[in-house]
Amino acid sequence: MKKVMMGNHALSYGAKLARSQVIAAYPITPQTQVVELLSEMCSDGTLDAKFINVESEHSAMAACIGASVAGARAFTATSSQGLALMHEMLHWAAGGRHPIVMGNINRSMAPGWSIWTDQNDSLSERDTGWMQYYCASNQEVLDTVIQAFKVSERLMIPGMVILDAFALSHTYEVVDVPDQALVDKYLPPFKPEIRLTPSDPRAFGGLTGSEHYFELRYKLQKYMEKAPALIEETGREFEKIFGRNLGLVDAYRCDDADFVFVTSGTAGFTARVVVDEFRKSGLKAGNLRIKVFRPFPFAKVREVLKKVKKAAVVDRNCSYGAHGIFYQEVKSALYGEAGMPPVFGYIAGLGGRDITTDSFKEVAAHALAKDKADEEIVWIGVKK
Amino acid sequence: MREKKAKKIVFNSAEEMPIMIASVGSQTHNLTGAWRNIRPEVDRTKCLQCGICWKFCPEPSIDIVDEWPVVDYDYCKGCGICAEECPAKCIVMVEERK
Repeated sequence: MKKVMMGNHALSYGAKLARSQVIAAYPITPQTQVVELLSEMCSDGTLDAKFINVESEHSAMAACIGASVAGARAFTATSSQGLALMHEMLHWAAGGRHPIVMGNINRSMAPGWSIWTDQNDSLSERDTGWMQYYCASNQEVLDTVIQAFKVSERLMIPGMVILDAFALSHTYEVVDVPDQALVDKYLPPFKPEIRLTPSDPRAFGGLTGSEHYFELRYKLQKYMEKAPALIEETGREFEKIFGRNLGLVDAYRCDDADFVFVTSGTAGFTARVVVDEFRKSGLKAGNLRIKVFRPFPFAKVREVLKKVKKAAVVDRNCSYGAHGIFYQEVKSALYGEAGMPPVFGYIAGLGGRDITTDSFKEVAAHALAKDKADEEIVWIGVKK
Repeated sequence: MREKKAKKIVFNSAEEMPIMIASVGSQTHNLTGAWRNIRPEVDRTKCLQCGICWKFCPEPSIDIVDEWPVVDYDYCKGCGICAEECPAKCIVMVEERK
């Protein structure tokens, strides 16, 4: 059934269709509607789940961890400062191998106080061991929540479904809401091998000496390495049932491209307008949208970019003292491989400043005028 | 009373290890009573047998035996919560003497 809905409600419907059993959340702009709708669904009985009101995001994630240990499918959503407050528990969820799925709305970190989008909140959680999916449409948000539960529960690694504040969270689009029976077919109930139950008492997450900790983390990485193939496999399975593929990256007109914009989140769809314009004027342009950031799709990025002459990575984030974060990852994916194109790094749209078609034209003008990438950061749209 | 037979589990390879820390019996193996420097002592002449100490003990190191609270000194860390919560003030914390 097709519905017109905001990105935040696409998260709620995704969590509902996935038959989340426990939702523990704390409201924060621009995430509020996600949990508002879920709490309505819980109270009117359309979703058979326990909604836990908590006093902070740290407690929200702690409650989700408890639910997940007990064998329940747990969902939460947050943004920015809330995600930062969860930080300790994010390590706990991933290290303890609790396959929680969370929505995060990309909002800039304070100070100065901002409710507008950039990616430094979620990218600050890069090394917690969570999978990260950066979505570009409301349809993709809903679909990815369902897929994320499947992937997470198979690998016992939590997953974060990420969308831009306002550009997606509060933007209404037509979304095809899948049939519950088909979702049930795609996503079986969560049945962990080990769970907290009085009939088999165990201590979870207890003291772990140096004789075992190292191996646990080794295993987390080994399971994470299985994720790219599993995301593609479950994406194809999703396509068979629902007609929409969910991959690691989304390459637009890249096959014969000389020049490719590398983007993440909603900015990619703006880039595509510019790509089409360039194509009309004879420049073979393309757009590689990186959807999955953790695990990083190194092989996929190499496969797409090895054929192009120049790549320009547009980051809506900055690792202060280094560079744009997607730029670093793309460069490390290409390093040491023969025949890879020069990669240019751009930073745009921090604090919700619009990334427009003109921004991408400025990026292209800069990159196309250069033979080699001799600057690590080029700022787009900053008032210098 | 619980059995205290658990032995320490050591895995020799990542392959044989579970993916998560979900130990069986590790808390019985670890005799946390050694951490204690004050010990709770129950005066049965004042005890109301209400079970509040049993309920509040975070370890839990108080068992109810024949309706009386019995402290398990192998695990009691001496936090004093039982003495604090006891409405009859029948539990006193006494300094450990080696």
